[in-house]
Amino acid sequence: MPILAVDHINKSFGSTQVLKDISFSLERGKALAIIGSSGSGKTTLLRCLNFLEKPDGGRIAVNGQTLFDAADRAAKSDAEIRKRRLHFGMVFQSFNLFPQYTALENVMLASLLLAKERPDYKQNKRAIQEEIEQRAIELLSRMSLEGRMGHYPHQLSGGQQQRVAIARALALQPDILCFDEPTSALDPELTGEVLKVIRHLAEQHTTMIIVTHEMAFARDVADHVLFMDGGVIVEQGSPTALFENTQNERTRAFLSRFSQND
Amino acid sequence: MSASVIFASLTKSFGLNCQIFFVTLLFALPLGLVIAFGAMSRFAPLRALIKTFVWIIRGTPLMLQVIIIFYGPGLLWDGDLLPRVTAVCMAFVINYACYFSEIYRGGIQSIPRGQYEAGQVLGMTKAQIFFKVTLLQVIKRVIPPMGNEFMTLIKDTALANVIATKEIIMMSKEYATKGLIWPLFSTALFFLLFCGVLTLLFGWLEKKMDYFRV
Repeated sequence: MPILAVDHINKSFGSTQVLKDISFSLERGKALAIIGSSGSGKTTLLRCLNFLEKPDGGRIAVNGQTLFDAADRAAKSDAEIRKRRLHFGMVFQSFNLFPQYTALENVMLASLLLAKERPDYKQNKRAIQEEIEQRAIELLSRMSLEGRMGHYPHQLSGGQQQRVAIARALALQPDILCFDEPTSALDPELTGEVLKVIRHLAEQHTTMIIVTHEMAFARDVADHVLFMDGGVIVEQGSPTALFENTQNERTRAFLSRFSQND
Repeated sequence: MSASVIFASLTKSFGLNCQIFFVTLLFALPLGLVIAFGAMSRFAPLRALIKTFVWIIRGTPLMLQVIIIFYGPGLLWDGDLLPRVTAVCMAFVINYACYFSEIYRGGIQSIPRGQYEAGQVLGMTKAQIFFKVTLLQVIKRVIPPMGNEFMTLIKDTALANVIATKEIIMMSKEYATKGLIWPLFSTALFFLLFCGVLTLLFGWLEKKMDYFRV
């Protein structure tokens, strides 16, 4: 059974339909890259998965459990939506770190707030907090940020901020980690350190969806690639199938624009 | 009359200016927040109502508002006059709440949407996002314009003399009618001192918030 199944998702903003009948699935431990030009709907798709946008139609299931079904009109409570969100982690293009917290506090904040809902929180407050802190330290170390834990976001480079954001998303142990153009806001010399971290996560079989403009990276790291254009999935398959042996005109046209730039 | 006696009476009457200042802040700061949320409401009629109200209050002189609240009830329906200081405070609270509401609204709306979204994807509740993520950023952003408003407020308290409230300007004008003009000019010292303290206080607050950037 796939960890993620997306069925017939539709989404319009006003009269513009940005997602048209999107279906795909993702196996546990695999990395999916979504490529396509700006405005093709890739980011909106990712935002639908994270409940930042509500699809007009379709179904989203994780581990066989339906998280979203447009046909189910029953209003969802905030608490329910919150719980469903936690299946997904999200790394934004512009990092969106909380400026008033240090790197370590950014990683710990959501876990600390969630822990308060645990029934045993009052008795084991100390132990729980220490465990969360240990985990955050470990995550930041994995991001090679040992020396930056007490730094505030404005004291960090863009690449460091994005790595903190990745640690923050991982802290809640999501089933699927989503990246929305994680290197687009970075100076070219800083993209490498972020891509390296993502590559490392892929090697450890973290289930991931990466929306990216880095074609070489997508080809290298992804197990499966999805090419979107005009709100539809034009083609999907293995990196080799898409990047080297595509028979599709639109895919070829899109990829040729990139090779010209290289 | 000796200078020290005059200074003592000026100091005493400046107490009334201070009283108007603090009472206005006490009520206008929270009321402004309520008005700000009203102005950002998703319910269009409420939004229109609040915006019209804010337009009227910000669009007319505070002095006129003081006069209307004080004389209005008597002229319109033969009502009892409010005590002078109460009327002044009411006008000030309403007026300043409207100005504060615009500062709050600007502060709240300047927080990037990404901050809310980051909180949402991390499973935070709306209340948690407000208190743990955005509030401090809003406070940091509204401190400088608030400092301005506080300074304007202490000087505006002089307007209370329009309905013969015995604040410091009123008091010193009484000396002027008796032929003593220097007390009127010396009132500047009181305002200068007060604003000096405000400047230090806000400078300290800004410094306190300097550890992060928004």
